[in-house]
Amino acid sequence: MAASRPLSLFRNLSAKIAAIPMILTALVVFVGGTLWTVAYSFTSSKLLPKWKFVGLDQYERLWDTRRWMVSIENLFIYGLCMLVLCFVIGFVLAALMDQKIRFESAFRTIILYPYALSFIVTGLVWQWVLNPEFGVQGIVRSLGWQSFTFDPLYNADIAIYGVLIAALWQGSGLIMVLMLAGLRGIDQDIWKASRVDGIPAWKTYVFIIIPMMRPVFITTLVLVAAAIVKVYDLVVAQTGGGPGIATEMPAKYVYDYMFGGQNLGQGFAASTMMLLAVLIVVIPWAYMEFGSKNRG
Amino acid sequence: MADLSTHLQAHAETIPQTRPAAEAQGDRKSGFQPGPRGAKPRKSFSRRNILLYGTLIMVSLYYLVPLWVMVMTSLKGMPEIRMGNIFAPPLEITFEPWVKAWSEACTGLNCDGLSRGFWNSVRITVPSVVVSIAIASVNGYALANWKFKGADTFFTILIFGAFIPYQVMLYPMVILLREIGLYGTLTGLVIVHSIFGMPILTLLFRNYFTSLPEELFKAARVDGAGFWRIYVQIMLPMSLPIFVVAMILQVTGIWNDFLFGVIYTKPDLYPMTVQLNNIVNSVQGVKEYNVNMAATLLTGLVPLVIYLISGKLFVRGIAAGAVKG
Repeated sequence: MAASRPLSLFRNLSAKIAAIPMILTALVVFVGGTLWTVAYSFTSSKLLPKWKFVGLDQYERLWDTRRWMVSIENLFIYGLCMLVLCFVIGFVLAALMDQKIRFESAFRTIILYPYALSFIVTGLVWQWVLNPEFGVQGIVRSLGWQSFTFDPLYNADIAIYGVLIAALWQGSGLIMVLMLAGLRGIDQDIWKASRVDGIPAWKTYVFIIIPMMRPVFITTLVLVAAAIVKVYDLVVAQTGGGPGIATEMPAKYVYDYMFGGQNLGQGFAASTMMLLAVLIVVIPWAYMEFGSKNRG
Repeated sequence: MADLSTHLQAHAETIPQTRPAAEAQGDRKSGFQPGPRGAKPRKSFSRRNILLYGTLIMVSLYYLVPLWVMVMTSLKGMPEIRMGNIFAPPLEITFEPWVKAWSEACTGLNCDGLSRGFWNSVRITVPSVVVSIAIASVNGYALANWKFKGADTFFTILIFGAFIPYQVMLYPMVILLREIGLYGTLTGLVIVHSIFGMPILTLLFRNYFTSLPEELFKAARVDGAGFWRIYVQIMLPMSLPIFVVAMILQVTGIWNDFLFGVIYTKPDLYPMTVQLNNIVNSVQGVKEYNVNMAATLLTGLVPLVIYLISGKLFVRGIAAGAVKG
């Protein structure tokens, strides 16, 4: 609004004062903090940050650590399954909810309520439901099927899927809501036209509706991906990273090295890798979304 | 001026909600339209409906089972849990686990139950919500109506910041707080929550204030009102819904936070989530599953109640925060 008039620091002063917290946050914490961490990831900081440059040593050590490799592998398995299943479940549920059903708000309330709960609560509940002695496995066995085995949290090979079940329970409702908003945003005339042409509903979904919902899908993808990289509390509460190191995650590695292991350099290097992973997802998206012009 | 703002309030209430016109649009599937209009009415027990509702009911059961198990387990005594089925309702209802979780459960450090964590969480959440919303709303207003040179750049950085993994900024934040002597205090944690809540809240408020008619702002300018006066007398009264949405978002977000709580406070001041995790995952003593589940429920209760009360506004909040980004 001020663009056409001559500039001075004191024009529009109240607005600038009001924006001070934002400017400080953006510059000091977000930019400054990020650069600081990246810079110190090239040092040999242990208990306290110390500016002793060691090049890529921390990164080499990081990628040599078995625990980090397991974390990355887990993140990939968890991330891929989470993305695919979230999208499939979210979309199918949204499509079902969009059939002009009765009690829609009741169903939506039920499907979305886990999203209001914290990851800690989610993790602890599922720890209990999946408890091999008393939970699902115990009950199926007590029904007579003695050899039934379903103990994801105690079997290192499949422990990560136990975490996945909990994460899906907590997060899929949100995806359903986003997809439903997308479906509701589609022009109803498209449905009428496809019905006039006698196209079956599933074909309309696959060939017309889904391509039209691209923007919603992309936004959802970015949101889910950013959340996947950050996953921390859920693992802490549900498995504590165990059994052994079977469900370790990068975010937990960072925390443990920074605040538990007193090996700051490792923590910084690991968190920089996390940053890199997020940037690989976010930058192309930001380019596509905002690159051409700013939508107000 | 008062006249103007009531008029605008009426306007603000007609601003479309997240689900526009979908119902009014009419008979796409001709499902349950009353009256003779539209296509031939279908029987409500058609195969399609049985399949549709059957699926939805099964899905709902899956989502409800953990809540059911939590409630049932928390009402049983330990002997009954060891004997049986976690899905079965208690033979003998007892509220002892709840009392114990609230006032006696041990975290390894002390044994005064979750109540301490609850009050800590209250003391963290209330100021954090107030401060973060105050800052972000003024900020969003400045960005929507008082753009100054460079404002958009800072805003873009801020939004980008929302995607940066917190892990990258954790330690610099520790240093900053230590420098000003607030590391390990409640005030420090309030600052942290205000900072990390800023991107999404600023976005929310900016989008809302931008959607208000600009004539209104211009009229007030012509009448000689300044930055703060327009904010307090015109913008605030018109934006009650968005404040409620922001509050819901922040209360649940901050109440559910674990990472910041565990890093920026000391054991005495741990919020409820951290204390809950310490109680349940503590390795000492015999596991009391009923107490654990009562404690878990107690921690989840606050956001759950907010969710159930706010309903559509909650959905609107997350949809606005998410899709518009």
